[in-house]
Amino acid sequence: MSNTYDPVEVTPLHADEVGRAQADALAAIAAARDLDDLKTARLAHAGDRSPIALANREIGALPPAARSEAGKRIGAARKAIGEALAARQAELEAERDARVLVEETVDVSLPWDRAPRGARHPLTTLQERIADAFIAMGYEMAEGPELEAEWFNFDALNIAPDHPARSDHDTFFVESTESGKVLRTQTSPVQIRALLSRRLPVYVVSPGKTFRTDELDATHTPVFHQVEGLAIDKGLTMAHLKGTLDRFAEVMFGEGIRTRFRPNYFPFTEPSAEMDLLCFVCRGSSAVPGNPPCRTCKSEGWIEWGGCGMVNPRVLIACGVDPAVYSGFAFGMGIERTLMFRHSAEDMRDMVEGDVRFTLPFGMEV
Amino acid sequence: MKVPLSWLREYVDLPAVTAHEVADKLTAAGLKLESITAHGHEIKNVVVGRVLAIEELDGFKKPIRHCRVEVGEAAPREIVCGAVNFAEGAVVPVALPGAVLPGGFEIASRKTYGRLSDGMICSEAELGIAESSPGILLLPPDTPIGADVVELLGLRDDVLELEITPDRGYALSIRGVAREAATAFGVPFHDPGVVEPPAVPGESWPASIADPTACDRFVLRSVSGFDPAAESPLWMRLRLMRAGMRPVSLAVDVTNYIMLELGQPLHAFDRSRLSGGIVVRRALAGETLETLDHVVRKLHEDDILITDDSGPISMAGTMGGLHTEISGTSSDIVIEAAHFSATGIARESRRHNLVSEASKRFERGVDRELPLIASWRAVQLLVELGGATAEPGVTHAQVEAAPLTITIPAGHPGRVAGLPYTRETVIRRLEQVGCTVADGAVAGVRGGQGVAATGVVSSGDLADKLAVQGDDLITVTPPTWRPDMTDPNDLAEEVIRLEGYEHLPSVLPAAPAGAGLTEAQRLRRRAGRALAASGYVEVLSYPFIGERDLDGLQLPEGDARRRVSRLVNPLSEDEPFMRTTLLPGLLKTLVRNAGRGFGDVALFEIGLVYRPEADAPASAPVLAVDRRPAPEELAEIEKALPRQPLRAAVVLAGEFERSGWWGAGRQASWADAVEAARTLARAAGVELGISADQHEPWHPGRCALLTVADPVTGEPVTVGHAGELHPRVAEAYGLPPRTAAMELELSALPLSGPVQTPVVSAYPVATQDVALIVPADTPVAKVEAALREGAGDLLEAIRLFDVYTGEQVGEGNKSLAYSLRFRAGDRTLTVEETTAARDAAVALAAERTGAQLRGA
Repeated sequence: MSNTYDPVEVTPLHADEVGRAQADALAAIAAARDLDDLKTARLAHAGDRSPIALANREIGALPPAARSEAGKRIGAARKAIGEALAARQAELEAERDARVLVEETVDVSLPWDRAPRGARHPLTTLQERIADAFIAMGYEMAEGPELEAEWFNFDALNIAPDHPARSDHDTFFVESTESGKVLRTQTSPVQIRALLSRRLPVYVVSPGKTFRTDELDATHTPVFHQVEGLAIDKGLTMAHLKGTLDRFAEVMFGEGIRTRFRPNYFPFTEPSAEMDLLCFVCRGSSAVPGNPPCRTCKSEGWIEWGGCGMVNPRVLIACGVDPAVYSGFAFGMGIERTLMFRHSAEDMRDMVEGDVRFTLPFGMEV
Repeated sequence: MKVPLSWLREYVDLPAVTAHEVADKLTAAGLKLESITAHGHEIKNVVVGRVLAIEELDGFKKPIRHCRVEVGEAAPREIVCGAVNFAEGAVVPVALPGAVLPGGFEIASRKTYGRLSDGMICSEAELGIAESSPGILLLPPDTPIGADVVELLGLRDDVLELEITPDRGYALSIRGVAREAATAFGVPFHDPGVVEPPAVPGESWPASIADPTACDRFVLRSVSGFDPAAESPLWMRLRLMRAGMRPVSLAVDVTNYIMLELGQPLHAFDRSRLSGGIVVRRALAGETLETLDHVVRKLHEDDILITDDSGPISMAGTMGGLHTEISGTSSDIVIEAAHFSATGIARESRRHNLVSEASKRFERGVDRELPLIASWRAVQLLVELGGATAEPGVTHAQVEAAPLTITIPAGHPGRVAGLPYTRETVIRRLEQVGCTVADGAVAGVRGGQGVAATGVVSSGDLADKLAVQGDDLITVTPPTWRPDMTDPNDLAEEVIRLEGYEHLPSVLPAAPAGAGLTEAQRLRRRAGRALAASGYVEVLSYPFIGERDLDGLQLPEGDARRRVSRLVNPLSEDEPFMRTTLLPGLLKTLVRNAGRGFGDVALFEIGLVYRPEADAPASAPVLAVDRRPAPEELAEIEKALPRQPLRAAVVLAGEFERSGWWGAGRQASWADAVEAARTLARAAGVELGISADQHEPWHPGRCALLTVADPVTGEPVTVGHAGELHPRVAEAYGLPPRTAAMELELSALPLSGPVQTPVVSAYPVATQDVALIVPADTPVAKVEAALREGAGDLLEAIRLFDVYTGEQVGEGNKSLAYSLRFRAGDRTLTVEETTAARDAAVALAAERTGAQLRGA
């Protein structure tokens, strides 16, 4: 600070000079029409070279007695200018926002389908969902070849060459009818492969592609998919089979949905059962006369879902498993059929033709 | 099996229940309802009438009669009728005014041909009995006039069509279904198969069994003086039709009727056509037989035949011979009732592609005790209905067969079910099935010789392995009509089934903790999700291809993909091969979508291809089933099967990025196909090598070879190809121009271990750009690899941001502009450090590719 005092008070520090500078500043601020004007006004009236800033710098040159008063005066002026600037800034910003952001408005409803949309086939994702239901119960996923040896597809499953059941399978033969090679007619050969390759106990689920010589129509396709389940352990009973499928039905179709067994015949299970699913839409009510009809179960209350049974001890023997120690169950169901009733798909041809309109709505999971 | 309810009720005291209730019970017992057909329920007001007088009306194009018919009312009715097969005094069905006939056809009084017609005289067709009928149905003269025709003829009936599983041959008869119905309702069963034919001395016709593996019982009975003109009675024809068989002639109808009733197929021979003794044997080489469908069949040495001195006269259980067939003049008839080998008939039927009602039953197993009874019933009916005389004697050739017995602990069915049954319950249920149950084990008896049903094991290792040990043993002899019951679990099923599957408890077993999906299974899912997320739509095309597909792909001779597995019986002769590549199915699906107006299409498929090995054995052995196969036996099987790797493929055409209000889109190109491969590699966590290749079906200048490093040797392993398809391929498949494709063997990708965490440095980045001039044919991948290697560890990322060709870089050259980002994990890099790293990168690129720094 200077210790030499100017004997004459500096002009800008006169009260009326300060008052004029403040008035000019406030007028310029008020006159600013936009933020650029205001910026100019800020520079002119509050900048480093503005009268009020220059005056502020002179305070130090005043005699100590005068400093305080001049300081107060100039401080008040600076405060007023500052406040006016801030207020006008806020006003102009609000004005700008109102105007500019409105001008920049776009139509957010414009489409933006630049990137292609993909999807997974529902038969794939349904197989995954089914497999996951069993994996959650402790099962593992087993696999096998689609072009399979007859021994795996038939003989080891207790379907002897002359068994009437074998003729129901309408088998594709590979190379020759004597080659011992077929396109697997069911996922059941994976049971055999699992029992031959895994350590007991075995709990496996096995979805996959299967083949029979049917012509393609609305309800048949020569290439279709099944999922197979197999559990071999000590002390497994038909009650365990029922419990497993009831749980599965609940996982897939909701609480309270259960299964029903009817006697049936499969060479690889004994006893064998046909498995029906309580209709998950009407919950069986449509079967009662007088109630509204149900499209899903055709008012039968139950939907045929698959086959199951206790693994025939002969199958265990063919795999070297001692039926005196181990027992177990197996079950299987058609994926196409499940897709049909779970998703109201009416025509199997849609599933094989690959029309993107069929597949796209299914997205990533089914 | 079609079962008229009225016929069923003849053998079961069914309570007053509806057809649906019967069907529900049978379904629950394992005889599944397919459909119920109601017959005659709508018919009303049709009565028995007697024609009193007939007046022929003249002057019409066809004969018209005006009849006076007594119908049990105060006065006769006047009825106009166009049929002429009746005379005055005939007893006929009359539909009175107000009557309703099948199809809801209503009868009213009306004026016709100038006369009042107060009703209608009915034919069989009009009553819904036959599909067509030449004239009026004539009723026996003693039929009570005025009686209700529907009641009288039993026209009102429900027919249950049941699906019979292959193990339940016995249920292919009214007898078998009736037994199940009686058990299901807990009511008495009157078994039509339990009759004692009178003992008759002597043989009916000489016969013998030459091959005891073909036939273990052969019975002949004969009648003479049969009236060939005798017609089958209405009740019999009605039942045959309702059961789904066409009435033919009395002799044939009787054999069919008894087959439906008891389940025993019968065959009738014209005795005058037989020469010498009958022998049941297998065919000899070169033998032929003209069967009654007028086809001369070459017989196989395994065929079971009925023969006489003239040679074969019938193919056992499948179809009779023409020469000995019952004709319109046959009056002496020999009835054959036999028990043939089930597998023998199954093979014979399949070999000759002849499925008959008889073969269906023999294949599934027929009651060995029926031939004597069924043949006797047939003779009775021929005598009763055809005016025949029973010839004395019966031929009964047989091979002794001990009945099979099965010993189980009484608790076995309960242990299979998971629901204990009392010993009494087990025995009662088995007895209801027809079994004989004895206490304890009957040592050494298992029996089951004779012509066993498929799968019967009477002794040896397998029988021992199947045996169930335990306390409280019972020994069960299954009934002769249940050849399917051979194993302990067969007995368990019968008990559980009859006790009711609906009573099984529902218990979730505690499976051991599983390991979840394998890495390969996870990868397969990830691959599908990654491609779908990239804009591809999954298809599951049929894996069948043909020569045309392979030619269309321009595959050269000797290409490994031409080594295919061929189907013997393909759906289409054009596509007899199993795919060796996923592309044909995808390309055809792409064309289908384009044809349906979706020209911008990107598809993928993940599935197996079938790649037979050149040196694979021709056939896979069929191994034994009474033990676990030896490892070398299983290896033999695997060797014969083709390799079946999992592949993923994409095809795409049209715009991959759409045009729109934002501007132009981007056409699908080779680059998208290669990027799809990178997408899969990223999903797999492996680094993909990409280099130029020439490989069908791709464009030779736009084909990328896809490789991964062998995890052990580090050598590049080919996993697939990607790029733009060859124009000739596009032409062959009708594809849009510049269709691109990628195919990669997912199962050839090494499974990556856990991802290693990168060091994320907080020190500032230093970026250096370089532009390199290289000959235009230098692969960018090679330049980038050199830059990377040369830049060393400080390099964080490298990105090609421009490719330029033009005067400034000289003819035949291109300029590659790279941005190199450097960063250290432990310090701020100095300019000198980054420049040195950049220079090293450029130097290595120069050394490897001849690259020159642009502007240098």
